[in-house]
Amino acid sequence: MILMNDVYKTYPNGVTALNGVNVDIKQGEFVYVVGPSGAGKSTFIKLIYREVKPSKGSILINEMNMSELKEKKVPLLRRDIGVIFQDFKLLPKLTVYENIAFALEVIEESPKKIRNRVMEVLDLVGLKNKARFIPDELSGGEQQRVSIARAIVNNPKIVIADEPTGNLDPDTSWGIMKTFEEINARGTTILMATHSKEIVNTIKKRVIAIEDGLIVRDEHRGEYGYEV
Amino acid sequence: MKFRTVMRHFREGLKNIGRNGWMTVASVGAVTTTLILVGAFLALMLNLNQMADNIEQDVEITTLIDLTLNEEEITNLGNEIEELNGVETVSFSSKDDELAKLIESMGDEGRSWELFEQDNPLNHVYVVKTTDPEDTIDVADQISEMDGVQEVNYGKGVVERLFTFNKYARNIGLALIIGLVFTAIFLISNTIKITIMARSREIGIMKLVGATNGFIRWPFFIEGLMLGILGSIIPIGVILTGYYYLANNVSDRISYSFVEVLPFNPFAWQLSLIILGIGAFIGIWGSVMSVRKFLKV
Ligand SMILES: Nc1ncnc2c1ncn2[C@@H]1O[C@H](COP(=O)(O)OP(=O)(O)OP(=O)(O)O)[C@@H](O)[C@H]1O
Ligand SMILES: [Mg+2]
Repeated sequence: MILMNDVYKTYPNGVTALNGVNVDIKQGEFVYVVGPSGAGKSTFIKLIYREVKPSKGSILINEMNMSELKEKKVPLLRRDIGVIFQDFKLLPKLTVYENIAFALEVIEESPKKIRNRVMEVLDLVGLKNKARFIPDELSGGEQQRVSIARAIVNNPKIVIADEPTGNLDPDTSWGIMKTFEEINARGTTILMATHSKEIVNTIKKRVIAIEDGLIVRDEHRGEYGYEV
Repeated sequence: MKFRTVMRHFREGLKNIGRNGWMTVASVGAVTTTLILVGAFLALMLNLNQMADNIEQDVEITTLIDLTLNEEEITNLGNEIEELNGVETVSFSSKDDELAKLIESMGDEGRSWELFEQDNPLNHVYVVKTTDPEDTIDVADQISEMDGVQEVNYGKGVVERLFTFNKYARNIGLALIIGLVFTAIFLISNTIKITIMARSREIGIMKLVGATNGFIRWPFFIEGLMLGILGSIIPIGVILTGYYYLANNVSDRISYSFVEVLPFNPFAWQLSLIILGIGAFIGIWGSVMSVRKFLKV
């Protein structure tokens, strides 16, 4: 499913964010990625949906070899991966509804299916009453929930979340975690970078800890392991 | 691509026109301004071109036939001229015809020439027209060397200058139009580029959510097309009304045979269609070209 072999990433400005990463994540797993700020968590995550390319090493996602993947096939890869970005990446001129529908329009779903499915996930993240708002009219937490809704709307094989609860109050955070557990129970792989000790230690899952661009810990039912 | 996706791109392209607010106004303004210039200029150029053509079409070679030739020799000469390369028509005009024409062309003063009707001093004439007016000089030279030709007239000097002038006028006109169209394209693609620069982040997001380049490009294509069409409405209005007045007034006032503007119908309509075409072209071209570089995310 997600297989990395000796992966390095050095950014054009010379910063080395990953320093030889090896990882194997199977379909249906739920994985936390933890580590200090600047450790390389986001870089690790971005490699998976190919926002960044590795400087060295091989990456296999859904049986697709990233180093051989044609530019034209990249959209296909991304349609199987729902991403909740650290900075949300909502389209500023589109409404909440249109932002979520976009992920279904690119796969040419029927308008009827789009309607039903978008309303479904809007309900799930509790934003049904804000469907016609544009992102600027929402709070940070609400924007984050739109981003979550867009990521899961097309039932992707993998859901990747970069600090999805960073801007949310505890109640909403637990609500989102419940949603993740539900879609994980249906076989979706979940990969989530987080700084939340409480979540990691309460909902026990596999924990991958990254420090200075290296995986320093990889445990099933692991602990957060850092002092807050 | 499914039909509903085509419809989606159309809707999206149209919505973008509204979403972009002032940038849309700026782009349409740029298209409008340049199309008015292009339109006015095209109207002028095509008319001048038509006039130049008219003048050239009027150029003919008057071949004065030697007075000593008998009828048979005159016929032979006519045949000989007809066989020359580039000759379109050869028509015989007797010296009586020539005198009649002369008298008529001189109006009142022509009366005095009527004295000559008994003893006509003029020559019989072959009036020669060439298929391509540019061949006139060449053909005239050849005719002048034939036996039995006393003299050849075609407005030597004037005709040469006319041809050079027309050639320059056409080339300069063409260059100006091309220059104008490219300036327009540059202006518009720049305006659209600014709107797209602001949207480069959005394009990046679309790609991260799994949109193909084509999927992103189509609404821009539609948007560009609409900008071009919107931008040509006013220019077409200006051309139609402006030309309507021009065509009615100029042709009434000036009555030289060659100063004759192209008739409003169909010319103004054809010109409107050309303007619409150019508008659509620069709109699409500008928007598709400027979106290109942002698609490499
Ligand atoms: N686009 C980039 N260009 C250059 N350097 C970058 C870029 N993105 C990240 N880096 C650098 O790579 C290192 C790892 O960054 P990354 O975003 O992966 O950290 P992180 O673990 O996600 O941190 P945080 O918890 O704060 O989100 C940092 O030192 C950062 O400065
Ligand atoms: Mg990060």
